[in-house]
Amino acid sequence: MSTTVASRPQTTQPARQERSTSRFTRRKVTGYLTTLVTWILVFLFFFPMLWMVVTSFKTEGQAASFPPEFIFTPTLDRYAAVFERGMGLYLLNSLFVAVLSTVVVMALAIPAAYALSVRPIGRWQDGLFFFISTKFLPVAASIIPVFLLLRSVNLLDNLWSLGLLYLGINLPLAVWMMRSFFAEVPRAVVEAAQIDGASYGRELWRVALPMVAPGAAAAALICFIFAWNEYFLANLLTAVVARTTPPFLGSFVDGRGQFLAILSAASTIAVLPVIAAGWLAQKRLVRGLAMGAVK
Amino acid sequence: MSTTVETTPTIEAPRGGATGRKAAKVELKGQDLAERKFARKLIAPGLVVAILITQIPFLATIYYSFQDWNLARPEERSFAGFDNYVAVITNGAFLPSVWATIRIVGGSMILSLLLGLLLAVLLDRNFKGRALARTLLITPFLVMPAAAALIWKYSLLEVNTGMINWGLGLIGIDPIAWNTDYPAITIVFTLTWQYTPFMMLILLAGLQSQSGEVLEAADVDGASNLQTFRYMTLPHLRTYAELAILLGTVFMIQVFDPVNIMTKGAGNTKTIAYLLYERAFIGQQIGEAAAYGVITVIVTIAIATAALRTMFKIFTEEAR
Repeated sequence: MSTTVASRPQTTQPARQERSTSRFTRRKVTGYLTTLVTWILVFLFFFPMLWMVVTSFKTEGQAASFPPEFIFTPTLDRYAAVFERGMGLYLLNSLFVAVLSTVVVMALAIPAAYALSVRPIGRWQDGLFFFISTKFLPVAASIIPVFLLLRSVNLLDNLWSLGLLYLGINLPLAVWMMRSFFAEVPRAVVEAAQIDGASYGRELWRVALPMVAPGAAAAALICFIFAWNEYFLANLLTAVVARTTPPFLGSFVDGRGQFLAILSAASTIAVLPVIAAGWLAQKRLVRGLAMGAVK
Repeated sequence: MSTTVETTPTIEAPRGGATGRKAAKVELKGQDLAERKFARKLIAPGLVVAILITQIPFLATIYYSFQDWNLARPEERSFAGFDNYVAVITNGAFLPSVWATIRIVGGSMILSLLLGLLLAVLLDRNFKGRALARTLLITPFLVMPAAAALIWKYSLLEVNTGMINWGLGLIGIDPIAWNTDYPAITIVFTLTWQYTPFMMLILLAGLQSQSGEVLEAADVDGASNLQTFRYMTLPHLRTYAELAILLGTVFMIQVFDPVNIMTKGAGNTKTIAYLLYERAFIGQQIGEAAAYGVITVIVTIAIATAALRTMFKIFTEEAR
């Protein structure tokens, strides 16, 4: 996990040290205090996740007790209960849809982004503009006809149709991320390959793509995360067979008795893989989130 | 675009980047032509899929919005003119939903932007474990929104056992019935928590793109930290903040997950997206819901156009 943050060299420090010592110590104290405040804020922001994981190892009784119990004997009982409720199927469904849509998205996005950045055709900005504009088109624009069409051809509650719709969500994001990575491939490298007589296809798949492989992995990961987390379409278009994890989580909330520990266990299972993946890709994450506008 | 080899047409050739406007017109040779054919072949599949999945259904939505069509009575479908749009504006549900959307999205936006700025400034300095702090801070954005909404509602904001009320109790504040008394605020909390990392990352990228030399010069000239921040850093961050706000708005304006999970639209939380869902899939009023869809798109396009302009501004600066 490489998590270094590029920083400006702190060249101002030596100059300051020459000034009076009291000012220097005051600066040092301010520095420690700032760091302390930073860590307090970090803790508060991370606390909901921490508490969710802690609660998932409690019994329902412990989870509902107030004031909260901080010291208890952890149990995996709620995790077992989650799978008894059939979460395995929903996790597999989520995995299938997310992997399927990500693979297809990348297969479509890599060539398009390459054409838009390394080999710009005339009026390439129009092409870019179109791709990003589809990201801004709200689901509200298309959901009614899509729903009616799927209903009339009996493709509701179907993993393939859900995966197809996730293409529409992730394609612009992937094109934009890949564009910003391809834009950094030195022109000279591509031209050298040309002179060596490489075909255009070879130039893309064998020369340019390997150079942006880490970026492509990050883009794929982000597409996977968005598909894995998607709730609106999954909730609306799936019911039993093709139910995915996000709408399933809500089913733990029922009027009958306590559910906090089992809900926490299910949520932990649902979010942990994505958080781990996101941590790995975080260096390139910001670029994807800002759709390539920020490096 | 039909181009034959004999006529050797000219194209703009922006070499490797966003210098389109200044590009010289160059003669197109046979090899370039093959290259362009190849480029079009590369783009076409993605373009076709994007059009099929997003554009064509939208055309259908526009068509439906002019139909009088209730799923419960499918045989009575007929042309309605602008009746659906009139109904949307006059039925008393639309304006409150616009207000709910503005209050929820606006509130979350301001809070997450301020918190994001604070955290970005705090992270833009050297301290032990900075990478870990950043890693932990981006986590909320990765969390499945459905899980975030459920955990906030039942684990953190619950009136009797929630951790927020426990924390407030430590400093002597009586328990607050967040979920029943302040439903809109519970959604704002959840959205703010999820979007602060997004704001922070963009603003941090902005801070780190600031030239160290300029800041040093300000320090040598005797500017205080506060002065440097106010007169140099903030203006520099403006473009990044604009981008963060616009992208955030475009994503948040579709907010549905926390509304459906936490409030079901109760207590002034019926956003436009939720209203459309309710009308179309619970009320089965296809025509009217389609009209909501079209209006949502118009509003989003207005915001998105501004977002795109900001992004291209950054691209052109970047290319210089």
